Amino acid sequence: MSRTLLKVNGQSHTIDVEPDCPLLYVLRDNLVMNNPRFGCGLGQCGACTVLIDNRAVRSCTLPVSAAAGKEIVTLEGLGTEGNPHPVQKAFIQEQAFQCGYCLNGWVLTAKALLDKNPHPSHDEMRTAFESLICRCGSHVRIFAAVRQAAEQMKRSA
Amino acid sequence: MASKTVLSRREFVKDTGGLLFGFSLAEGAVLPQVLTAATESNPAASPNRLEAWLHIDRDGSVHVFTGKAEIGMGVETGLTQIVAEELDVPFSRVVLVMGDTSNTADQGGVGGSTSIAMGSKPLRNVAATARALLVRLAAKNLGASPDELQVREGVVSVKADPSRKISYADLAASGDLDEALKVSGEGFALNVEGLGKPKDPSSYTVVGQPIPRVDIAPKILGKWQYVTDVRVPGMLHGRVIRPAGVGAKLMGFDDSAAKKIPGYVQTVNKGDFVGLVAENEWAAVRAAKALRVTWSAPQQAFPEQKDLYQHMRSAAPKATKETVKKGDAAGVLASATKKVQASYEVPFQSHATMGPGCAVADIHTDGVSTIWSGGQKPHALQKGFAELLDVPRDKVRVIWVEDAGSYGRPGFEDTAADAVLLSQAVGKPVRVQWSRADMTAWGSKGPAVVCELAAAIDEHGEITAVEFTSHAFSGGEIMFVPASKDNYLGAQLTGIPNKSGVDEFAQWGVQAPPYVFPNVHAVSHIVPAFYDSISPLRTTHLRDPEGPQTSFAVESFMDELAATTATDPIEFRLRHLDNPRAKAVLAAAAEKAGWERRSSPNPNKSAGDVVTGRGVGLSTRGGTYVGTIAEVEVNRRTGAARVTRFVCTHDCGLIINPEALRGTIAANLIQSMSRGMKEEVTFDRSNVTSVDWATYPVARAHDIPTQVDIVLLNHPELPPNGAGEPSSRATAAAIANAIFDATGARVRQTPLTPARIKAALSEPQRA
Repeated sequence: MSRTLLKVNGQSHTIDVEPDCPLLYVLRDNLVMNNPRFGCGLGQCGACTVLIDNRAVRSCTLPVSAAAGKEIVTLEGLGTEGNPHPVQKAFIQEQAFQCGYCLNGWVLTAKALLDKNPHPSHDEMRTAFESLICRCGSHVRIFAAVRQAAEQMKRSA
Repeated sequence: MASKTVLSRREFVKDTGGLLFGFSLAEGAVLPQVLTAATESNPAASPNRLEAWLHIDRDGSVHVFTGKAEIGMGVETGLTQIVAEELDVPFSRVVLVMGDTSNTADQGGVGGSTSIAMGSKPLRNVAATARALLVRLAAKNLGASPDELQVREGVVSVKADPSRKISYADLAASGDLDEALKVSGEGFALNVEGLGKPKDPSSYTVVGQPIPRVDIAPKILGKWQYVTDVRVPGMLHGRVIRPAGVGAKLMGFDDSAAKKIPGYVQTVNKGDFVGLVAENEWAAVRAAKALRVTWSAPQQAFPEQKDLYQHMRSAAPKATKETVKKGDAAGVLASATKKVQASYEVPFQSHATMGPGCAVADIHTDGVSTIWSGGQKPHALQKGFAELLDVPRDKVRVIWVEDAGSYGRPGFEDTAADAVLLSQAVGKPVRVQWSRADMTAWGSKGPAVVCELAAAIDEHGEITAVEFTSHAFSGGEIMFVPASKDNYLGAQLTGIPNKSGVDEFAQWGVQAPPYVFPNVHAVSHIVPAFYDSISPLRTTHLRDPEGPQTSFAVESFMDELAATTATDPIEFRLRHLDNPRAKAVLAAAAEKAGWERRSSPNPNKSAGDVVTGRGVGLSTRGGTYVGTIAEVEVNRRTGAARVTRFVCTHDCGLIINPEALRGTIAANLIQSMSRGMKEEVTFDRSNVTSVDWATYPVARAHDIPTQVDIVLLNHPELPPNGAGEPSSRATAAAIANAIFDATGARVRQTPLTPARIKAALSEPQRA
């Protein structure tokens, strides 16, 4: 066990944890957060995605020690009910999901993508999302939401 | 009803914040109350009283108690609209309490695309009856006759003088809002009727509106709680070890290394069931890895995968059913001048739910046990777990909490049973979340199906006879209603043999459209299970149980017959249909797609590697009609195919919420495209070898068509019908038909992978 400093959604936490424990379990069990979510534990699906220094990262395979001291943002930290992030707003407007279990991956990957590339082409979008799974097949509305978010962010930029 | 102690799901969240779902646990403050509620004789659970279904709070909010559950398609929103409509209250005032066995009636849970079609009936009648009672109370209160009153947004007023008014909240607080209801049917068909008569659909103002789903915004904002987020005081985390293969018996285990993992608590063993519990999830994962388990050599119960379909054709059937015998198909075929025969093969498929199953069980052998599960039939789970624990049903409370989309009986039931067995053994609440491999490999499977078709064509090009024969694993080797102790994998490992199965057939005209031909003979065979119990290839319901498989065969064959007779594929279908709604969805699809009337394959193929084509499929399912057109591009050199556009026309009678419906259809098309083009469970002689997303590939971003056009055909004059499954059914055939149109190559085995398409391209094609 070692004392680790985690900065999550702007708050600092010092926790005693095995350094090789995946960040996902620390967020869910030690910090009792409901997002991100466990999907595969193999980095294959994206349900466990968080932003670390504004990059979309799979928390199920990332040792907590590698996230220490960095800025971690989870879905809950992206926006609030009163002030949702434009990406969240667009996903809500498009009613983009069915069960929604996968959505940490899609919403946070979309946020990281649009920050880096505000006008992604259809192919760039597909490439950015290729490593994510949505088992329900909500992709059509997800892509519509990302296009809408890009528009909204362009207008407000 | 005011004394009701059982809180709704949202009240848990709102008022106790933390009791079940959060961190700041007011330990013991509310949980005992919840458990106490289950020990009382609970009037809410018996459906013959209005108060069991509906309660109006002092603030005017309406709680409706239903045995239905939400598995991701929006029925919570649709049912809420139906209640708000009949009761004349704002949509936002209605809260559904779903799938809690202590305060909802057994409506059979979710299944068969029936939640709206059948499950809404009692809710509609209950709301109409509550409205009638409230108006009657208001009449007394306002000194007017009921005919002189109107209701707007939960307020009853005198039509002639709207200033004379009283709210539902005040009426409910002052009067007795209860009434005996006439109960009929059970399970999905459970209905109740009271004195209130539902509205004429022409007056609807809430039903039919594209109201945003109640769950989507909170999910996207990270405020939603799934069953994975249930946290109970003192809860441990469990893992169960799967056998080394089918038929492997536990020889022994050594947990000395597991015990050294910080957080390890206890190993549990009963028969071949071996698992452990730990203080947290990571410790459970590591300890399970450190647990050394010795198994006997697995049996070679499965054939080589390449021999699967041959095995299915030649196996002596476990059961056989003749489903259609019209005229003399065999005789006509025997003397036919022209005959077309084809055989179609669809593999085992995995639910492979987005999140592996998760459940929490708090078992009290001398009290009331509570199980939180996302299994879509909570009341069946209650029966099954009562049997497993050998206690009366009222000592078991199952609280449904949403999990990842279940689409049938995926194994969430088995996960919950693991939690039950572990909690029973250690005397503490236990949370179990399966691993990805547990879910993909050991979750139950959708059955593999082989269909053989033959048709006779006379000298005028008319189809004079059709023969259909299916060889399919049962849709219920494991009963899809998990209401007995032998249904669960964990229970089977403790030594309880599986007896829960039924024979469920892949049938012409049931899981595929009932085309009309002069002579038809249809026979369905059940292929015996490879292994009776504890098998990773045990089959059960996966979305639209045998529909996609049977429909792939029949809709492909219709296309082959159209091609053989040089007829346009839509025109061919229209000619052999007598149902006007089935015809209408095809006609509407053709119009939306700009369908060029001609036969397949496309005579104007490009000379390059990449060719394009279009294909159609029809789905009819319990009163819902769907026409699907796929447009594809195929690389003739590599065999790679991609759907570029879907057009889907959908008639499910009265539409409750068009936007939620469109979302469900769009997702249905993509998921069924994934099943048709990507998904195949792989196995060796003893094990399933599809264990993760690399070995069980599904559709990803690059596979998604650029355009999806959905046309809704609304029929307000008809009752609402199901939409959860029908648009899954014909997708694979529409794609295979489009591949044929593009290339002239017919692929008769799914998934439609580049290798299969390439192989078909190199085969000589029949005229």
